[in-house]
Amino acid sequence: MVRATLIIAHLTFMEARRRRIVLAALLGGLAFLLVYAAAVVAIERSLTAGPIDEVMHRVQLQFLTLAGLYVANFLTVAAAILLPVDTLSGEIDSGVMQTLASKPVRRSEILLGKWLTYWLMSGAYLVLLAGGCVLVMRFAAGFEQQNLQRALPLMLLGATVVLTVSLAGGVRLKTITNGMAAFAFYGLAFIGGWVEQIGAIVRNDGAQRIGTAISLLSPPDAMWRRAAYELQPQSLRDLGPVQPFSVASVPSTAMTVWTIGFVLVVLAFALVQFRRRPL
Amino acid sequence: MNGGAAPRAEAAIETHSLRREFGRNVAVDDLSLSVGRGEVFGFLGPNGAGKTTSLKLLLGLVEPSAGSGRVLGAPLGEPRARARIGFLPEHFRFHDCLTARELLRVHGRLYGIRGAQLAARADVLLERVHLADAADRPLRTYSKGMLQRAGLAQALLNEPELVFLDEPTSGLDPLGRLLVRDIIKDLRDNGTAVFLNSHLLGEVEATCDRVAFVKRGRVLMDLPLRELRTQAACEAELKIDPLDSGTLEGLAAFACAVERLDGRVLVRVEGEHVLPEIARWLIGRGIALYEMRCRRKTLEEWFVEVMGEDQRPG
Ligand SMILES: Nc1ncnc2c1ncn2[C@@H]1O[C@H](COP(=O)(O)OP(=O)(O)OP(=O)(O)O)[C@@H](O)[C@H]1O
Ligand SMILES: [Mg+2]
Repeated sequence: MVRATLIIAHLTFMEARRRRIVLAALLGGLAFLLVYAAAVVAIERSLTAGPIDEVMHRVQLQFLTLAGLYVANFLTVAAAILLPVDTLSGEIDSGVMQTLASKPVRRSEILLGKWLTYWLMSGAYLVLLAGGCVLVMRFAAGFEQQNLQRALPLMLLGATVVLTVSLAGGVRLKTITNGMAAFAFYGLAFIGGWVEQIGAIVRNDGAQRIGTAISLLSPPDAMWRRAAYELQPQSLRDLGPVQPFSVASVPSTAMTVWTIGFVLVVLAFALVQFRRRPL
Repeated sequence: MNGGAAPRAEAAIETHSLRREFGRNVAVDDLSLSVGRGEVFGFLGPNGAGKTTSLKLLLGLVEPSAGSGRVLGAPLGEPRARARIGFLPEHFRFHDCLTARELLRVHGRLYGIRGAQLAARADVLLERVHLADAADRPLRTYSKGMLQRAGLAQALLNEPELVFLDEPTSGLDPLGRLLVRDIIKDLRDNGTAVFLNSHLLGEVEATCDRVAFVKRGRVLMDLPLRELRTQAACEAELKIDPLDSGTLEGLAAFACAVERLDGRVLVRVEGEHVLPEIARWLIGRGIALYEMRCRRKTLEEWFVEVMGEDQRPG
C-alpha cells in the first residue's frame, strides 16, 4: 500500500521537476520576495526618517507583514489549484493512466501518491513564501512576527482544500473545465468571506449567516481569516474594522474541524469516482 | 510445449457474458471466451468491434456492466493478479520527459522488482527491442515506432504469465514487425499466454494458435488455427487428362465437392490425408496427373466470410 503510493509520489515529483514546474515556482517565489524586500526597505526608511511613535510604527510593520503573508497565501492557493489541475485528466486523455493502472497498483494508491506530492510541494511553497516574508521583515525592519506556528498550518489547510478539489475535479472534468471550476470554488470562498465580514461590521445577522454558510461550502478563505486573526496582537484586533486585515467575524475552531472533514470527504469522493472511472 | 489445446487446472482467461455499454452505445455485448495457459490467442474484428474495450475489461481498466470473468485465476480488476500480467496499450504513451530506461525503472518498481535485478532486466529488454542506443534519451524525442517498442519492453518487465498486446505492430516498420513476431514466438516457447489484437491477418496467421472473430461486441466464430493447419478441410486443384464425366464422378467419391473450371478440377476434401488416395486412384485408372496443388482458406478469406455473413440484413 505505502510502497506503491510512494513510487507514484516519486514519479509525480520527478515529472514536475522535469517539466520545470519546480523551477518556475521557485523563480516566481524568489521574484516576489525580492520585490517585497525592496518595498519593505523603502517603506521602513521613510517611516523612520522623521520622529517616530513606537506603537504606531509597530502597527505599520505588522500591516506590512500581513500584506506579504496575504500574497504568500494567495500564491500558495493558486499553486495548489494549478499543480494538480491536469494530472488526472491529462494522463487519462493521453493514455498514460492505462499503463499505470494496469500495473499491480490500486487506483487509490495512484491518487494518493499524486495528492501527497502536490501537498508537500504546496506546503514547501508556503513555507518558502511566508518564511521569506517573515525573514525579510526581521532583517530589513527588525520586526518579529508572532504565532506563525498557529497561522501557517491554517493557511496550509486552506491550500489543501483547493488542492484536493482541483485533483478531484480531474477525475471527470477536462483540464480547462476543472481549472475554471476550481478557481470558481475559491472565488466562492472569497465572496463568502466578504459577505460575512460586511455582515459583522454592519451588524446584519442575516448577511453574516449567509456568509458563514458560503464559507461552509468553500472554506479556504475562512482559514486565511482565522490565520490573519492569529497573526495579529490583541491591540490590533481591538482596533476594529478600520484596518484592512481586521477580522470582524472570526472563524471558529469548529470551522477548522469542518474544513479538515471537508478535505477528507472530497478526497474520499475522488477515490470512489476514480476507482470507477473507465480509462 | 503448451499447445493451448491441453487445458490446465485453470485457464489464463475465462469470461462469461461480459458486457459493457457506454451510454447507449454497446461496446461489448456478450463476450464469453476461454484462453488456455500458454496459448497465443488472436482477437480479430473490424474497427469499433469492441476489441480494445474487451481487453480493458480483462485488465480491470473498465468495469463490466454485466457478466463476470477470471484472469489467471483472479476475478477481473484484482490488483495482485496484475503482477503476473503485461500490457501494451493501443496507443502507448508515457510521461515524455522520462527516458526509456526510467520508464522501465518506474514500472519495474511497481511490479516489485528492484535494484541490480531491475537494472539487468531493463538492459536485456532494451536490447531486445533494439532501443539500447536510445535508452537514455527522453521519450519525447522518440518516433512512433520507437515509443511502441518501449511500450513493448515495459509489458515484458515482469516475465508475465499473460501478455495483452493491442495492435503491437501498428506503428512498426517491417523489421519491427518481425521483431514482434519473434518476441511472441519466444513468449509461447516460455509458456506465456498472449492475447493479441491485430488487423494484420498475415501476422496473426503466423503467430496465433487460435483466433476469435468479434463483431459488435460478440464472438462470431472461434477458429483453432493450429489444428486447421494440420487437419482441416482443404481444396486441391488438379490438372489431369482426360477430364471426362467418368473421371469427375470417380473423384466425387473422395471429395465433398468437385468443380470443373477451365481445364482443371477443383476438389474439396475433408483433410489432406485424402490427397494421396486420389493420386493413387487416378494413376490406377491410367489418367495422367500433371499437377496437384493443395490450398487452404486464408485467414483473410475466413475474415471476409465471417464478417460478410453477418452483414446481411436480418
Ligand atoms: N470511453 C468510451 N466512451 C464511449 N464510447 C466508447 C468508449 N470506448 C469505446 N467506446 C465505443 O465502443 C465501441 C468499441 O470500441 P473499441 O475501441 O473497443 O473498438 P476496437 O475493436 O478496439 O476498434 P479498433 O479496431 O478501431 O481499435 C466503439 O463504438 C467505441 O465508440
Ligand atoms: Mg482498438
